[in-house]
Amino acid sequence: MSRNIYSALLIFTAILFSFPAISQGHNHDDHSGHDHDSHAGHDHGAHEGHDHAAHAGGDHDSHTPNCSGDHGDHKYDPAATAIHHISDANIWSIMEFPIPLPMILKSDAGIDMFMSSKFHVASMHHEDGHASYNGYVMHEGSAYRVNQAGFPMDGSVDHGPFTHGTEMVDGKERDVKFVCYNNTPYRIEQRTTLDGGVLGGGITNFWDFSPTKNVIAMFLSCLILFFLFRGAAKKYKTNPEKAPSGLQGMLETMVVFIRDEVAIPFIGKEKYMKFFPFLLSLFFFILGLNLFGQIPLLGSVNATGNLTITAVLAIIVLILVSVNGNLDYWKHIFWMPGVPTFVKPLLAVVEGMGIFIKPLTLMLRLAGNISAGHIAILSFIGLIFIFGDLFGGIGSGMGLAVATPLTLFMMAIEIIVAFVQAFVFTILTASYIGAATEEHHH
Amino acid sequence: MTGTLAAIGAGLAVIGAGYGIGTVGGKAMEAISRQPEASGDIRSGMILMAAFIEGAALIAILLSIFIQ
Repeated sequence: MSRNIYSALLIFTAILFSFPAISQGHNHDDHSGHDHDSHAGHDHGAHEGHDHAAHAGGDHDSHTPNCSGDHGDHKYDPAATAIHHISDANIWSIMEFPIPLPMILKSDAGIDMFMSSKFHVASMHHEDGHASYNGYVMHEGSAYRVNQAGFPMDGSVDHGPFTHGTEMVDGKERDVKFVCYNNTPYRIEQRTTLDGGVLGGGITNFWDFSPTKNVIAMFLSCLILFFLFRGAAKKYKTNPEKAPSGLQGMLETMVVFIRDEVAIPFIGKEKYMKFFPFLLSLFFFILGLNLFGQIPLLGSVNATGNLTITAVLAIIVLILVSVNGNLDYWKHIFWMPGVPTFVKPLLAVVEGMGIFIKPLTLMLRLAGNISAGHIAILSFIGLIFIFGDLFGGIGSGMGLAVATPLTLFMMAIEIIVAFVQAFVFTILTASYIGAATEEHHH
Repeated sequence: MTGTLAAIGAGLAVIGAGYGIGTVGGKAMEAISRQPEASGDIRSGMILMAAFIEGAALIAILLSIFIQ
């Protein structure tokens, strides 16, 4: 079982570290795709108002793409496709049929609330919108806002395709996206992220508070779990003497497993009932979302593979452990008994870091494993398109023959990983709680 | 090509984690074959230990992503 976790981690690592290579290759493609004269040609006449210094301070050397070229013949990019499919989105595409989700966006112009159907996303169109609404556009499933003067910022406006360019900001090359309108590219910005630019985000000109695909998936999976457990609980109430059967039997097995293998051994027989409901909620929430993401053709929801969602789970665990930690727990962190005095401050530093590293690894492990599984499946499916690009129709057939068994195999492994990761998250939480509430007898 | 040194660091971390998880798995198998009736306890302990080692590897990977 641990080998599965590990192989998933390996794949994830390999893919993570191929990012620099992939993004560089991608940029070279973009450079060759557009002529550099378009930069000069674009700042003339009626468009004098939006020279580049106006929207990006500091030293930069930007390459603005032109809008007249054709953008339809992009080669298949497996990495970009995989990342797009595991990302959160403001639209839910079920078998490429877009289902609009509510949008709640805040910018300097005020708060906008509307459905993402306003972007006029056609099916089979890679979640790119065809219309802007109050300056917002949809590109690859995410909302963007135009940040360049001249674009009509009020009401619904039809716009052209999206293009990409690069610019140098403080010595780093960054990908910049543009939307075409009247054959002129207008710079668009993604939502504000609070990572301070570490992961490529930063403060931009709008905030996104919309319930995204992941949020809807969480609500749906909570709803499913609620009805499953209510059904099982009803059976215990109406017929307590009868042996469990069907769904009730399945759920009872898992509940008893968590009690006997996780809660009691790690927390102890006296105290486990206080934390048992939390552990069960954690286990079934994670398991439900993991399995929800495995359903094919349902928009590949990657909720537990999203760092923000696992971060919230980890923060809940951190708060729970810190609040319930007894005096012994804190003493063992900041003034470890039984070791020489000169070691004590050293241990305090290490153990103090440990308080935060434990939830950090919880967060990374779950997100990494689930995302890795999704990326592996998407890469195997991508073989069809890679072979198709190389050898045409016969190549697609070859790719299909290779990809189908590999994808099925990976999906089977992913079901095991879904259970193992939910179990590992729960058992580690139980062990942290157990360590924090343990009574020491010195 | 950027981040080459960071990739080497991540590779080293993965070697360490691989050795650790291999040891945990091997010893757990040995223990189960010596005492098959305790296989349940040994298995959950094995997963826990593997998860701890994986945590160390994940931290190394995170650091090498950010410090490149």
